[in-house]
Amino acid sequence: MSWLSLLILIPFATALAVVATPDSKWYVRRWVALFGTGVVLALSLVMSVSYMQAVLQRGGDASMLTISQMEFEQSVPWFKSMGIEYHVGVDGIAMAMIVLTAIIIFTGVLASWEVKERSREFYAFLLVLVTGVFGVFISVDLFLFFLFYEVAVLPMYLLIGVWGTGRKEYSAMKLTLMLMVGSALVLVGMLALYHAAGSQTFDLNKLAMVDYSRDLQQWVFPCVFVGFGVLGALFPFHTWSPDGHASAPTAVSMLHAGVLMKLGGYGVLRVAVYLMPEGAKQWALFFLVLTTINIVYGAYAAIRQTDLKYFTAYSSVSHCGFVLFGLCSLNLMGFKGAVIQMFSHGIMTGLFFGLIGMVYGRSKTRDLTKMGGLSKRIPWLATSFYIAGLASLGLPGLSGFVAESTVFLGGFFGNPWVDSTTMRICTLLATSSIVVTAVYVLRGLSRVFQGPMTKSEFSQMQDATIPEKLCTGILVATLAVVGMYPPVLIDLIEHAIVPIANRF
Amino acid sequence: MTGFLFENAWMIPALPLISILLIGLFATGSNARFAGIIGSVAIGTAFLLTCGLGLAYLSSAEAGASAVTWSIEWLRYQDHLVVSLGTLIDPISLLLLFVVTSVSLLVHVYSIGYMAGDEGYSRYFVFLSLFTFSMLGLVLAPNLLQMYVFWELVGVSSFLLIGFYYTLPEAIAASKKAFIVTRFADLFFLAGILVLGFFVHQWIVDAEWGGVTAAAVQSASAVQALDFATINSEPVLAHLKDQPGVLGLDLLTVAMLLVFIGAAGKSAMFPLHVWLPDAMAGPTPVSALIHAATMVVAGVYLVARLFPGFAASGDALDVVAAVGCITCLFSALIACTQTDIKRVLAFSTLSQIGYMMLALGVASAEHPAGLGAAMFHLFTHAFFKALLFLGAGSVIHAVHSNDVAEMGGLRKKMPLTHATFLIATIAIAGVPPLAGFFSKDEILGAALDGEHHLIFGVGLFVAALTAFYMFRVYILTFLGGHKSDGAAKAHESPPIMTIPLVVLGVMSVCGGWIAVSQFVLPGVELHAHLLVMGLSVAAAVVGIGSAFWLYGGQANRAQTMAESMGGIYRLVQNKFYIDEVYLFVTKMIFRFIAAPAAWFDRHVVDAVMNLSATVVRWVGARLNVLQTGQVQTYGIWMINGTILVLLFLWLVQR
Repeated sequence: MSWLSLLILIPFATALAVVATPDSKWYVRRWVALFGTGVVLALSLVMSVSYMQAVLQRGGDASMLTISQMEFEQSVPWFKSMGIEYHVGVDGIAMAMIVLTAIIIFTGVLASWEVKERSREFYAFLLVLVTGVFGVFISVDLFLFFLFYEVAVLPMYLLIGVWGTGRKEYSAMKLTLMLMVGSALVLVGMLALYHAAGSQTFDLNKLAMVDYSRDLQQWVFPCVFVGFGVLGALFPFHTWSPDGHASAPTAVSMLHAGVLMKLGGYGVLRVAVYLMPEGAKQWALFFLVLTTINIVYGAYAAIRQTDLKYFTAYSSVSHCGFVLFGLCSLNLMGFKGAVIQMFSHGIMTGLFFGLIGMVYGRSKTRDLTKMGGLSKRIPWLATSFYIAGLASLGLPGLSGFVAESTVFLGGFFGNPWVDSTTMRICTLLATSSIVVTAVYVLRGLSRVFQGPMTKSEFSQMQDATIPEKLCTGILVATLAVVGMYPPVLIDLIEHAIVPIANRF
Repeated sequence: MTGFLFENAWMIPALPLISILLIGLFATGSNARFAGIIGSVAIGTAFLLTCGLGLAYLSSAEAGASAVTWSIEWLRYQDHLVVSLGTLIDPISLLLLFVVTSVSLLVHVYSIGYMAGDEGYSRYFVFLSLFTFSMLGLVLAPNLLQMYVFWELVGVSSFLLIGFYYTLPEAIAASKKAFIVTRFADLFFLAGILVLGFFVHQWIVDAEWGGVTAAAVQSASAVQALDFATINSEPVLAHLKDQPGVLGLDLLTVAMLLVFIGAAGKSAMFPLHVWLPDAMAGPTPVSALIHAATMVVAGVYLVARLFPGFAASGDALDVVAAVGCITCLFSALIACTQTDIKRVLAFSTLSQIGYMMLALGVASAEHPAGLGAAMFHLFTHAFFKALLFLGAGSVIHAVHSNDVAEMGGLRKKMPLTHATFLIATIAIAGVPPLAGFFSKDEILGAALDGEHHLIFGVGLFVAALTAFYMFRVYILTFLGGHKSDGAAKAHESPPIMTIPLVVLGVMSVCGGWIAVSQFVLPGVELHAHLLVMGLSVAAAVVGIGSAFWLYGGQANRAQTMAESMGGIYRLVQNKFYIDEVYLFVTKMIFRFIAAPAAWFDRHVVDAVMNLSATVVRWVGARLNVLQTGQVQTYGIWMINGTILVLLFLWLVQR
């Protein structure tokens, strides 16, 4: 059995273990969940190291490849007649996403340390969700990929609808419906490719060897791009995101913005761009314009938000735009930047939502006009918040800069299929968002943490507890490590990006 | 260049970084008092290393040699765009290293006294070390991207230090303003990096394809597009010069102007200067280190680094000269009207940096004297301006006010502060044989040699203005009788604060005797201009004389004169209302872009989505009739559906 299967088995087994805990002992569950996710985190780190070794051992000149090279592969026939297999394997991109997911779920459990209400179901759903996410990242078989994708999206409805706040039913319904429409588009596209390839296999790499006709790619590419794009907050299909995030409980926001939204970008890269280069060339300009709007418009909209969660959600819309923008550049740097941004934004937004939950738990409000001067009482949380904010405005030394500068260069270098002037104008517009981001981040943070204390009850606040310190500390450290020494991430993903870039 | 010190030059920026860790780990809470000592020892060691490095350079390397002595791969974008972190050792980086480590060391020591008892004591030293680390990384950068990386880091440390007193609304506002204005400028810097990255990269790739190895630039295959060595090489500059840019400019000019906007933002050149006067809301030693001696001259340093590019463009250099010229005149005028001692010094800093830019602008590839003069002035200015700020800090510490109207008569009460402040004032006024005289003289000489007569005239006028406004502040602060209780009760600061003043005083006297220009530009002949010397001394004398005439006597001559100028005086006093223009533009952006974007998202985009959901629900309700509950009906639909799907597949397959 491949080690990869453990990545889905352990979270699932942990979910079952959580269900089996006795009713009265709610605090046992969090330890069970923490243990399970801790094992997964350790496993993912060990696996990325052995992945790197495997890549080095493989040797040879990889610069001419056009098919992704998977490691730790395992393939078991499932529905033979349709060519569906339980086929798992990872390349560097998937490996990076697996590490991201493992970090987010581990810190997410720490951030929901105090969840007591129906904690059994809460942790169980959370773990099922993350099982689905891991499943997506390890799948080489598209059918399996889609199956796990749905497993990951569905528990979200319950997690928001039951444990959420505010207009939770509305938000949960909106989110689920919009994502389902996206899924339907993806399914249509997938089946079309399967069919065009002769209905023999769902294997991603075998599908990649097929030459699909231009006409087919022309309509399937936008279906798949938009389908996954909905989850990746593609304008104008991003509106589920602010409501959904605002209503979701802390760990769910973390997981959703941190990991689930990355499934969108990951799907676009793996399925749309990788399988349909011709379609990508034809649609690059169109989606480039949409994602530029994403970036700029999301940033401006964030300026006016007063609810911390809406604020972060719009910031996510803007930052997820960088992922899709990089993918539309159709060159090595664009793809690389997109993947780095997926990782970086995942950690950063996980930190943001985790911190918002922690601050909200203390201040009982998320309205930033009602807060002020909190840094005196909660310096740890304030410092972490500032670091997250600085990462989001692309400060060098934190991972955001590595990602954004790569995306900008990728965009500026452009590709032969989009007029270079248009490409550069879009890139410069996207680049201009670094100023807007600085404006909203500094305005928002100084409102909350600086200035005189606005309410007397704030003076009773306690700084971060140990689980909270651990949670924020891990995320901050990850941002800093990638930002200060980018090769840790770049070496991991580069070999996997070259084959995709070589298709263009 | 070999040797232990060269290959380990990375230790110089690493030391303040280590100090951050040590302070964070060991000097918080009840041990906070150690923070200042840790910080000072770390930066002191860095200073000694710098001195050692400088001596090794002078004794071993040939004059003007330049080499990357250490580097590691940092960010791999793609081939020929691999960014390394490294240490570039050449005369200007050594000069800046010396300025940064020495002033930073003195400011650290001074701060031990100045910040004593502050509740944010260890936080302050963490930020100060962070700044020193970033600035040293910037100075040593061998490529444009490393420069940008540390450029942003000094920006954020400046932001943190300006907003150090985080409960004061004006400090918060000033810190945000500083960060956002410089970020706006950095956007252009980044755009310049994108332009240079792409076109230089293209040149390298073409050169390889064309069979011409990139050996024209460097030997090995490791030619990187963003290295200064590559950008500044002649074939690359010629290639860029040949390419069309935008607006009828050639590409080289476009790239250099973009980079220059970044430099202008950091160096607070007109019209991006608005953040610097407000930045005085930070602790005064910070103003001395960051907003006078080091960070704000980063723009000058950047232009000097890319000087071959600016010189090859020509047009870009003219812009540098014009911006420098306008800034130095404009801010010197404003400095004459301000009453906050730190603001006068801030505008004076603007004016002096404008002077440096102006010097760079009058230089050319054939006559680079201006480059040497700019570096010389950067060097001398760092010491006397840091001294002025620290002296002002000492005064503010004693009087508890920034306003010169509440000072007066401090000469006897604070003798050491008074003496050193006077030295710095004479030095900046350009009186021989103090430091400012020599560097200013060289700038004026370079302007005259380059036949820039208008610039020379402005420079001379500003020299007189400088002498005037500095003596105005000196007279109001130290002479006459005391004008407030604070001034009456003032007493000298402790030795930990006055010793740095004395050291800086010595440098302000002797700094001009060091042949900085010959060090920066070995082999370039400099000839003394007796005419320029005479004129600049005359300008200083006129300035000093009019300051004493207006402010020294008992008569209200100054006020009468200000009143007689009426509107013009108010215009200058209100800094030409440029802040108000910015405020207006920002409000417009909020009102007409940000607010509509947020509204549009909720009420248009989202509404369309909800509308489609409503439509689906409505259709669904109509389709309810189909749900008869009869298995037979469902069966018929199922068969129909299957037939349709098969039909579709059959059609597609054909």
